[in-house]
Amino acid sequence: MQDKILLSMRGIGKNFPGVRALHNVDFTLRAGEIHALMGENGAGKSTLIKVLTGVYGKDAGTISIEGKEVFIRSPQDAQKAGISTVYQEITLCPNLTVAENMFIGRDKNVLVGWGKRYRRAGEILRNLNIPARPRQQLGACSLAVQQMVAIARAVDMDCKVLILDEPTSSLDDKEVEMLFTLMRDLRSQGVGIIFVTHFLEQVYAVSDRITVLRNGELVGEYEVENLPQVELVAKMMGKELQGLSDLKQDDNEAAFTGTPVYEVAHLTSTTGIAPFDFSIRKGEVNGFTGLLGSGRSESVRAIFGADRVSGGTVQVEGKKARISNPKQAMKRGIGYLPEDRKADGIIADLSVRENIILALQVMKGFFHPLSQKEQDAFVDEYIRALDIKTASADTPIKSLSGGNQQKVILARWLLTHPKYLILDEPTRGIDVGTKTEIQRLVRRLAKDGMSVTFISSEIEEMLRTCSRLIVMRDRRIVGELRGTKLSQDNVMRTIAGGEQ
Amino acid sequence: MKRFASKIKWSKYTQLLKTKWSKYTQLLKTKWSKYTQLLKTKWSKYAQLLKAKGRKHAQLLVPLLSILLIAVFNLLRDPSFFSVEISKNNLDNPVLTGNLISILNGASELAVISMGMTLVTAACGGQDISVGALGTIAASVFVKILRDGQITAGTIVLAFLACCAAAMVFGAFNGTLVSVFKIQPMIATLVLFTCGRSVAYWINGGATPTIESPLINAVGSFIPGCPVPTPILIVIAVGLLLGALLRFTTLGLYTQTVGINQRAARLNGINPTLIKLASFLVLGLCCAVAGCISASRLGLINHETMLQEIEMDAILAVAIGGNALGGGKFRITGSVLGAYAIQALTITLYAMKVPSTDVKAYKAIVIIIIVVISSPVVKQAISRLWAKVKENSQKKKEVAA
Amino acid sequence: MKKFARLFIALLLVCIMTIGAAAAEITVGIVNNPPSESGYREANVKDFEAVFSSENGYTAKTFYSLKNDEQLSAAQQFITDGVDYLLISAAETTGWDAVLASAEENGIPVFLFDRMIDCDESLYAAAVVSDMANQGKLAVEWLIAQNLTEYKIIHIQGAMGSDAQIGRTGALDKQVAENDNWTIVVQQTATWDEAEAKKIVESVINSKEDFNIIYAENDGMARGAVAALDDAGITHGVNGKVIVIGFDCNRWALREVLAGTWNYDGQCSPFQAQVISDMIKILEEGGTIETKLVISEEKGFDAATITQADIDQYGLGE
Repeated sequence: MQDKILLSMRGIGKNFPGVRALHNVDFTLRAGEIHALMGENGAGKSTLIKVLTGVYGKDAGTISIEGKEVFIRSPQDAQKAGISTVYQEITLCPNLTVAENMFIGRDKNVLVGWGKRYRRAGEILRNLNIPARPRQQLGACSLAVQQMVAIARAVDMDCKVLILDEPTSSLDDKEVEMLFTLMRDLRSQGVGIIFVTHFLEQVYAVSDRITVLRNGELVGEYEVENLPQVELVAKMMGKELQGLSDLKQDDNEAAFTGTPVYEVAHLTSTTGIAPFDFSIRKGEVNGFTGLLGSGRSESVRAIFGADRVSGGTVQVEGKKARISNPKQAMKRGIGYLPEDRKADGIIADLSVRENIILALQVMKGFFHPLSQKEQDAFVDEYIRALDIKTASADTPIKSLSGGNQQKVILARWLLTHPKYLILDEPTRGIDVGTKTEIQRLVRRLAKDGMSVTFISSEIEEMLRTCSRLIVMRDRRIVGELRGTKLSQDNVMRTIAGGEQ
Repeated sequence: MKRFASKIKWSKYTQLLKTKWSKYTQLLKTKWSKYTQLLKTKWSKYAQLLKAKGRKHAQLLVPLLSILLIAVFNLLRDPSFFSVEISKNNLDNPVLTGNLISILNGASELAVISMGMTLVTAACGGQDISVGALGTIAASVFVKILRDGQITAGTIVLAFLACCAAAMVFGAFNGTLVSVFKIQPMIATLVLFTCGRSVAYWINGGATPTIESPLINAVGSFIPGCPVPTPILIVIAVGLLLGALLRFTTLGLYTQTVGINQRAARLNGINPTLIKLASFLVLGLCCAVAGCISASRLGLINHETMLQEIEMDAILAVAIGGNALGGGKFRITGSVLGAYAIQALTITLYAMKVPSTDVKAYKAIVIIIIVVISSPVVKQAISRLWAKVKENSQKKKEVAA
Repeated sequence: MKKFARLFIALLLVCIMTIGAAAAEITVGIVNNPPSESGYREANVKDFEAVFSSENGYTAKTFYSLKNDEQLSAAQQFITDGVDYLLISAAETTGWDAVLASAEENGIPVFLFDRMIDCDESLYAAAVVSDMANQGKLAVEWLIAQNLTEYKIIHIQGAMGSDAQIGRTGALDKQVAENDNWTIVVQQTATWDEAEAKKIVESVINSKEDFNIIYAENDGMARGAVAALDDAGITHGVNGKVIVIGFDCNRWALREVLAGTWNYDGQCSPFQAQVISDMIKILEEGGTIETKLVISEEKGFDAATITQADIDQYGLGE
């Protein structure tokens, strides 16, 4: 039963003007398995998913479900064929109730009373162990629960194939575990799950098989047990990995000997974080760690003046300073790459050029616009230096891949030559190759004398890049780790409230 | 023997000639290929540049197309529509007349207001519907000051400055509601839309107060000796000023940034409140200019009918100009072209003696066409069609090969 | 508790006193167009304010709007408030039956002024109106008296459907239909907007069509039309190529007529308040009104005969 082939895609090809997005890709999904679809950005994952869900038409190949060939020309066709998708961004309506969200837009029988629907929703939620009440407003639930409601909606539509596109990127560990439990439940009910994610650990925690794509072509399909993590990364990148583990051989002295660039005492903001002390030295890379919601982002936002600062004294390079809005922080040589790239980072409709020069332009002032020539010089330099893949400098940033968008934002701040750069989740939602690139860049910048605060949900990444970790829990700092104490175990223990 | 020798000589010459010839041809060939290569690379570079430029100016396609459409229509209908003549007006000054001048002249108020409206739209993602009322208030201040004293060049300048100040106060009122209190622009400006004309009436008292002076005539119609209607010159001046403002400051970049992503703008040190407020101040100034033009045209102000329904035309001009009404990227040139397109349409309909009550219906039709053409659905369909045409031509080439 | 009772009694007393005071005066509800509409309306509103003042024993409640529906609801509100008389100058001639019927039920006499309403005669006590048709007729008669061989007219209309537009258009339309040497070059509405009037005339000039008369249904639009003539170098007024006709007798317009740049301005008398006040006095004394329809006497001013005295007496505004 477990080996029954549910979905079979053969020889799928898809071309866009000038680009071969998919070429001769096979994909097989068995009933009752969780199948991870892996690949770097641009490997063709999302194109494959979109072909499967009818968003794009395919140019070649066949799709069959339970042995019968199906023709999927629209998302409706996909739904009828039993294919459901839950996207990274939750596409439900937060101002409706949980049950309304589960039933709206798919029930042809308008005569069915809502009482009945609420009862049915309650049953489904109970069966799937989803901690939500049918009459609760969806917006009041945590992101994870909203995600699960979206899954419940999909499952209730008799779906055989469930596609989860980056479902965990905005969840914390506990919520991820809840989601995994739900996924395992569904697996045992015979649903085939396609799991798209960037988190390698999660792939190993929950999947049975892995299909790897690269440059629009199939690399191979593997059983999880037979593919060690390092090899997976190597297959995704198409080369043997080097230096992913030994990034931080040159443990930076600066962290403990340099002069303080930025110091703060009892800093707090209206977001409810406890007043905290913090300092960073010239050339140091440190980081705030903790679970999502522990206050790590709020802390750096307070440093940058992004939220309303309600207390604390700040010293920049030994001199007292007032930082109550981002512009003041920028004038003091601080840069901040925000956590939410889409909402706080990119100016979607503007070109790569304008996105890169923005911060520098603001610092130069309202009456001193950069000339076209200066812009070109800066932009070309950083596009080359950070290897930003864009058709031209005038391409709107929204048409770039996530990783390249992130590089543009990074370029924006590097261009201002900050003394102190804050990077909040610079590697979220981007491919492995770019991740390591960014990590290396951070180390290099520190070596050149820049101070960097680095935040990431992946602890290993932080251990690799930071020489000092400030650990947070429940919106307050609970410990600090450095030198030999830096290990995953210690971080966990500190978060959990144990010894350092 | 001699013959033989000459033969040998001959063959030698021919040989020499042949080798030389082949050398020359070789050289020519290589040179030729080099030149063609150079031309090709140059050409492709130019083509690329043209493409890039084209993409940059693609936004202007819709307004230009609408103007072209109206022009072609008139050309077929009556080519004399385009005739422009120099004649003498009743003050014995040489003046330009003709439908084209009527269009350019008549659209002046609309053109100026739509420039400001573009900025507000881009920064706030909404429109100011009080521009007509605001312009009337400004004009009312202008007229009030001129009626209270002698009309001289000095007092006209003074009156203009005072009316700019008044317009900026009311613009700031709108802007504060939008930027500080975060009220939707249309709702916020509804206040002034409703009561603005009463305010204008209250300033002047009289129903249709008049101002009469050759100087006012020079502002509203013609400067003696200059055949171009003064309002057209004013539009050019305002356009240049705004162009300079956008070129020598970062207002354009900031406005677009705020319009697209306000949160990101703040995190990059831009103050969105200030930028939105600034856009309303600029619009206020534009309304003041439009009000002064309108009041000077006839030396009279009618609070109820001055700049009537210009807000809708201005919004339409912004839309025809290819600017997103939801804010973000903008081209002021587009809006100005849009304004002229609207006026061209109106004048064309007048020339055809279409009842002016029906003009609105025709405008509505044009709006529908433009909105549909610039909708994403049609755009996609066109690009798909284009791709197919390209594919077909390629196939044909392959077959031919 | 006692305190409350005292307060209550005091309030009651105040109420009784105010009602008593109000009863001494006559309350009138006036529904009109806003004074900013035109010079005519400004004078009209001032006239009513002056006559229905507290010195003359009236309490006046006023409502001004250009919109018929707003006027309707205001009138209904006045009826609910219990005014003694309702005075109406309607924005549009239709749609008033229900409101007038409700006034009748409540025993409130209705006076129409300035403009007629399309309804049964029994629904109002009296109407004191300008005869717009007569104004048009006077202007057309004046035109006929000019004895031109050909009449080529640019006709600029007011807001379509308004009483003034219908009346002033009617006489001209009739004359044009009946005479072959009268032609309309263009007939357009500028909705009382001077700038629009200018554009309309400009467009005729640009099309090179010949015309010799501008018949504009108010002064503002005539001014707009004249501006277009001036720009194109076309002479107008006495001894000019084009005859200019306006309506309403704004003071500045009459000055143009006196200067000979315009030829004719038709009067539209805004002074109806005194007539209505007299009728109310009759009703208050228990009398009855004999003539239901009172038409204000109006005339037209010709450039040849107008005097400064006429301007001082009949001119509206300043």
